[in-house]
Amino acid sequence: MTDTDYDRAPGDVTALPDIERGRSSGILVYTIGLALAVALTALSFWVANTSLLWVGGVALGLTVLAVAQMGIHLVFFLHVTTGPDNSNNVLALAFGVLIVILVVVGSLVIMADLNDSMMPGPELMNLQMQR
Amino acid sequence: MTTIAIDGGGFRETPLSAYQIAISTKRVVVGYGFWIFLLSDIVMFSAFFAAYAVLAHATADGPTGMQLFNQRSVAIETACLLASSYTCGLMQLAVTSRRYAVTYLMAFLTFALGAAFLALELHEFAGMIASGAGPQRSAFLSAFFTLVGCHGLHVTVGLIWLVVMMAQVGIKSLYDPTVERRLLCFSLFWHALDIVWVWLFTVVYLMGGLS
Repeated sequence: MTDTDYDRAPGDVTALPDIERGRSSGILVYTIGLALAVALTALSFWVANTSLLWVGGVALGLTVLAVAQMGIHLVFFLHVTTGPDNSNNVLALAFGVLIVILVVVGSLVIMADLNDSMMPGPELMNLQMQR
Repeated sequence: MTTIAIDGGGFRETPLSAYQIAISTKRVVVGYGFWIFLLSDIVMFSAFFAAYAVLAHATADGPTGMQLFNQRSVAIETACLLASSYTCGLMQLAVTSRRYAVTYLMAFLTFALGAAFLALELHEFAGMIASGAGPQRSAFLSAFFTLVGCHGLHVTVGLIWLVVMMAQVGIKSLYDPTVERRLLCFSLFWHALDIVWVWLFTVVYLMGGLS
């Protein structure tokens, strides 16, 4: 009987390797996660405040950093793995992410489209008043 | 068959009884159910995020995010929440190895850091409202207070939950499977709040501060 015959509770620290033999590896996992999260957070704050980068790409860069940090949290703090004992958790997570993307991107696209189709306001209709 | 692994534990030399297997299965079911709840909670947050992103520029000639947000206090808040997530993880390890002193210490640190986060956030809110930038000022500020306030409310609930859990650890024990399951759910909740905060400080505070 292998350990793939049952499911694992999400976030279960007993999923960590060698947890029975000592706590060191568990602490190591959390510490690596913390270090990576701190590095990504610091990078996010730097990216938002630096003038070295092209302004147009900063928002995209921040999004990528946030996605990366979310991944770090999921792997090192919530112990989501690709193992077969985790497939239920990952499937639920994937469905949640799908809904979140639909809600956020859908809202933004629809509202931007609505704004584009709006009649220009009175200050724009009166061309002489335009600066 | 002398080696059997159950509930993510290491390999045990003796087969588990039906009772033990039932307990393990319940832990998985409870954890999974709470995982589904957390995902639905995050879907709710995504609706608030969408509202904020749509309304971020609807300031009604009021103050903008660039004028209101103080990145230094946001950085401290982020540090508090991240550190409390770390101590919450260490608490979970202590719970697994049934160490009472470490569990209480880590729970206290988690609570203190979470409370510090909440105090900073409330201080920020109070300052904004005092300067006339309350939720009724503009659609942008309504969306801001709804989104960030909802996260703050979750943190408050988490802090109360943590106190209740520590009382249960004291009254019952760390060997009580019910207490163990509830602590597992609490740590899931706390880590999920940190993930929501990652998006909050990125979308609201950092992107809101861009010119």
